[in-house]
Amino acid sequence: MQDLKLCAQDKRGIHELEAGKDLIGWDEVTQGSVLPSFEGDASNVAHLKQEERCYSDFNSYTATVASWRVKKPVFNIDVCIDCQNCWVWCPDTSIISRDKQMLGIDYDHCKGCEVCVEVCPTNPKSLLMFAEQEDLETALSQWPEKKKKEK
Amino acid sequence: MAITSVKNLKEFSTANDRFEGAHTLCPGCAHSMIVRELMNCTDDNLVVTTNTGCLEVSTAVYPFTSWDTSWMHIGFENAASAAGGAEAMYKARKKKGTLKDNDAPVKFVAFGGDGSTFDIGFQWLSGAFERGHDFTYICLDNENYANTGGQRSSATPIGATTSTAQAGTHSYGKKEKKKDIVAIMAAHGAPYVAQLAPNKWKSMAKGFQKALETEGPCFINTVSPCCTEWRFDPKDTISITDLATDTLMFPIYEIIDGHELNILYRPKNVLPVEEYLAAQGRYKHLFKPENKHVIEEIQKNINEYWEMLQRREEARV
Repeated sequence: MQDLKLCAQDKRGIHELEAGKDLIGWDEVTQGSVLPSFEGDASNVAHLKQEERCYSDFNSYTATVASWRVKKPVFNIDVCIDCQNCWVWCPDTSIISRDKQMLGIDYDHCKGCEVCVEVCPTNPKSLLMFAEQEDLETALSQWPEKKKKEK
Repeated sequence: MAITSVKNLKEFSTANDRFEGAHTLCPGCAHSMIVRELMNCTDDNLVVTTNTGCLEVSTAVYPFTSWDTSWMHIGFENAASAAGGAEAMYKARKKKGTLKDNDAPVKFVAFGGDGSTFDIGFQWLSGAFERGHDFTYICLDNENYANTGGQRSSATPIGATTSTAQAGTHSYGKKEKKKDIVAIMAAHGAPYVAQLAPNKWKSMAKGFQKALETEGPCFINTVSPCCTEWRFDPKDTISITDLATDTLMFPIYEIIDGHELNILYRPKNVLPVEEYLAAQGRYKHLFKPENKHVIEEIQKNINEYWEMLQRREEARV
């Protein structure tokens, strides 16, 4: 269920941020140069979902910062109540939310800051941090039980 | 103006993100939470200018840009005048009818950090407000020059240690008070001035929409906790902001037309300022016995300021 193929997979996270590219250096760029974020007409971008847009290679949507992470958040859809707290406070636009439903995490752009886990209100939390190498099934099988209220 | 519904978080979440990930801001940085929220609260075309600072260097790492709108950076100080110039050109071309789409609404937004707003860019900001351009200026206030290694700015509060106002045997950190930028901008007679915080997402989104809708220059100061220089864990960004608003270190309020003050958030239980200070590494030295008087002074300042805000809200002057 996490492998949603929602965000145009061919464009997402294809570049490492530091990767050398076939481009002139930053110090050779003429002043006043423009980097287009999109290919073609971009006037309707505010009405398109990310997977419907035509990103250019200059858009950081095509880059990845996955290597920054040591721990990753794992999402458990069974516990989630779609409150969207994680969506509004994610600093890296990494919570994939469509039609008022939380669908998963964009691991190419997530830096593992843990803010989403902190703001999650459910019991047990529907987002938890696991080691980067942990696979999804193992992580989900280790999910804690509901905590009883302390009196 | 096409605004996104902010009635509740579920409806707000249908907005299409226009601030992309893979920028190089620190994990847990509140800057991107604020910028994302601004871009999500409207469907209009945006022209964004940014002062030099963390936000500018991190979202435009050549060859990448994280902005899905028109975005421009010129110098450390002149986001306000760049936005003003673009707005003047837009108005002139709209009058002549030479725009590609004459009916599409365009909003002008300028972002600046606290260094470029309180200190370096203040003259440009003040000038743009005096000329009355139709734009919104948003200050991302993290209380130091975080981009260059955490030097003191005039937004740094009293008692905080920074790399150029260090706490040690002879000093308790910065000795001067923080500049009251909201009052200064309200004194320009701006139609909408506010101080907002990212933890109260609804009042922040409403404030942004109000500022974008209002004609004329609007100023918004937003609290942006900096995990690197305030020295706390990245995951605590929102809980630190909660403490900041609940201890009234950052009261959330708006001033309309320079005189009508409304307090937008009244904490149910006002917490003592020690809780906010203890959560951050930059105030650690204040808990030594010889520095106790600084905490008392901070608490006194907060109480006086809150009293002033409440009286101004009542008096409507």
